[in-house]
Amino acid sequence: MEILTTTGIEKQFRGVKALKGVDFAVEAGEVHALMGENGAGKSTLIKIITGVYEPTAGKVVLNGEECRFRSPLDAERAGISTVYQEVNLLPDLSVAENVCIGREPRNRLGLIDKKAMRERARKALARLDIDIDVSESLSSYSIAVQQLVAIARALDVDCKLLILDEPTSSLDENEVNELFTVMKKLRDEGMAIIFITHFLDQVYAVSDRITILRDGQKVGTYKTAELSRVEMVAKMLGKSLAENAPQAAAKRETAEGGEIVLDVTDLGRRGMVHPVSFQVRKGEQVGFAGLLGAGRSEVAQLLFGVESRDSGQLKMHDKPLSSLFWSPRKAVKAKLALIAEDRKVTGIIPDLTVRENIMLALQASKGIWKTLSPKEQQDLTDKYIQLLGIKTPDGEQQVKNLSGGNQQKVLIARWLATQPDLMILDEPTRGIDVGAKAEIEALTKELCEKGMAVIFISSELEEVVRDCDRVVVLRDRRKIGELSGENVSLPNIMKMIAE
Amino acid sequence: MKKPHIPVRFVPIGATILVFLLAYAIGIANFRNFGSLRVFLNLLHDNAYLGVASIGAMVVILSGGIDLSVGSVIAFTGMLIAKMIDCGVNACWAILLAIVLGSLFGMLQGVLISTFELPPFLVTLGGMFFARGCSYVVNEQAMGILNNPVFNFIENKLEIPVGSRGLTLEFIDILYLVLLIIAIVFTQRTHAGRCIYAVGENEQAATLMGIPVRRTKIMVYTIAGFCSAVAGIVFTIYLKSGNPLSCVGLEMDAIAATVIGGTLLTGGVGYMIGSFFGVLVLGLIQVLIMFQGNINSWWTRIIVGALVLVFIFMQNLITKISKKSKG
Repeated sequence: MEILTTTGIEKQFRGVKALKGVDFAVEAGEVHALMGENGAGKSTLIKIITGVYEPTAGKVVLNGEECRFRSPLDAERAGISTVYQEVNLLPDLSVAENVCIGREPRNRLGLIDKKAMRERARKALARLDIDIDVSESLSSYSIAVQQLVAIARALDVDCKLLILDEPTSSLDENEVNELFTVMKKLRDEGMAIIFITHFLDQVYAVSDRITILRDGQKVGTYKTAELSRVEMVAKMLGKSLAENAPQAAAKRETAEGGEIVLDVTDLGRRGMVHPVSFQVRKGEQVGFAGLLGAGRSEVAQLLFGVESRDSGQLKMHDKPLSSLFWSPRKAVKAKLALIAEDRKVTGIIPDLTVRENIMLALQASKGIWKTLSPKEQQDLTDKYIQLLGIKTPDGEQQVKNLSGGNQQKVLIARWLATQPDLMILDEPTRGIDVGAKAEIEALTKELCEKGMAVIFISSELEEVVRDCDRVVVLRDRRKIGELSGENVSLPNIMKMIAE
Repeated sequence: MKKPHIPVRFVPIGATILVFLLAYAIGIANFRNFGSLRVFLNLLHDNAYLGVASIGAMVVILSGGIDLSVGSVIAFTGMLIAKMIDCGVNACWAILLAIVLGSLFGMLQGVLISTFELPPFLVTLGGMFFARGCSYVVNEQAMGILNNPVFNFIENKLEIPVGSRGLTLEFIDILYLVLLIIAIVFTQRTHAGRCIYAVGENEQAATLMGIPVRRTKIMVYTIAGFCSAVAGIVFTIYLKSGNPLSCVGLEMDAIAATVIGGTLLTGGVGYMIGSFFGVLVLGLIQVLIMFQGNINSWWTRIIVGALVLVFIFMQNLITKISKKSKG
């Protein structure tokens, strides 16, 4: 029996179509996984189902009745509850209140009946086989228990459709299994569950059916048992295995014997990345491949000291780098550079000029007392504008006036000015046009030829295949393999991810 | 799962009560008669207006906001009542109008803050100047209230005898205690009251849990406006006059009392009874210095300042500890 169906759902944001007519159906008593890469439209679809957004076109039918929810509360009243990735509860209130707030039992005076409230909370938790002190504040329990409390809250409203939006991302293995037991129990009681996750293993562990979205469209709905992993990955990425995938063009005589610039052993942090080991040689471009959430950027952040590691050894040119108080500042001193993901947030400073933006990292590495004369600054700026082909009238232009691709080049210039030995580029080509992409790719190649080592992170596998001499493949925050030379190809990477 | 005997959230309020008892013990140990009922009743009487104002301040702070207009609204209320009585209006009507105006003023601030998403600090800063200005518009000089029948009635008839030596709990003390009890029940045991905690703790989560965030915020500032107006009335009865200059910076005392009372300035954590002890601690320090006699009275402020810092430091520590136990 179908509990919820959506037909022809479209959603437009300022001219961009996030959803292009999605038909989707969930049945009672199933766990339905919703899969797709970043930007596929998963969260938009969920937000429409839960009343956060209103669809531009199409309709949502719940239990045979068409409905238009104006708010999450509306949807909750109709029996659709959502548990989010970040526990969206109130940690300083008691567990009982977190389960009941908004619909507390009252006594004759209209005051909250605390005893009845605790009783109700205990009942809801008992359905999940949890027995905890409900008058304790929520924050005294682990994230996993908090997650279950969130589900108990959903159960307390006689929910028919439970949406779990990446509930497992901050849980450890045991906790995940506990959650799965609860999910299966609820499914067997006839509840419909939509499950969103990046972890492929988990999809196969718990779901009955899978719907895959890509670019705002539905690719299809499949029985989990009938869809192989390779097929699923191929469908998510929109590539077929048989397709004549772009092979790595004539690979350079890789610096097989080249000097090892960076040697990483067991770099990891609990709850972030399982220990990974790899090496980067002089003049080599190493790619990180994997689906969204596989841990690519996390490795970069650990390397650069944005987050502190709790295991692992880093060696630059055979010299061990101290793990104590490893920080971006020290990383810069050790001749590392990180061009972080999402340049608008963590990269460029839009109101400063091209020159000022380029000078930032160099200035920071020199300390605040040593100044660069205006002449030196001018010369350096002009040099990099020319070298990277930054399209700007001059160095005194505000960076916000430049196109995305040129902003990215300014960022690269900023780090080149510090003359690093190893440069990490995290999604350098996201959100810039095709021409600029090609230029950035050419640029990284050139840098490698000049002897720099580069780590290249991109969610576009073709780019990784095209540009990298070696590819480290990650899945579920673990390194699952490495491909080099001839073996770097799209099908090989996809197979590895799917296995 | 193991749990401590005293939940972490009770530590700040425990500390407040401890400081209060400590201050009292110091007084009793050093000065004769410090422990007498009279001293305590005076303490309550002298700080009733601050207590009422602190109820409003506490509610706002619980919701994660701030109200800087308290002192000005008190001054305006006093001026309004004094002026109206001067013009021959019945004091009852004057008091009623003051309450209505104060609540409306608070509600307006709430609407600006919640509907237009303006920062509460700036909105109520504007409100502070506005109300202060208005009180000068009413009259530039202080105005006394002499021989008003309503005020005389309140003063002489509305009181409860306490103890055997002719001591009384006066109207404004009773009013404060009644409001405090209502506020405690309201914040602990009503849906609307719990919504304030939810909004203060995490607005986004509250929205997703279906809590009417906007309505709650408007309610909170309306309550604050109401409390400021009532505090103004209490202050007027206390001094039997209105003064456009009075209570400059009183909002800061109210905030200090709230913080010393164990309420987290970021919202969502705190107990109403804490504000009661916070106010009494502020008052006690003053009394102690008065009893001492030879210390400059401004030392009160220095001690209050130090106490506020200590409490903020402690709260910070507790937040960190509870975060750690979470991870």
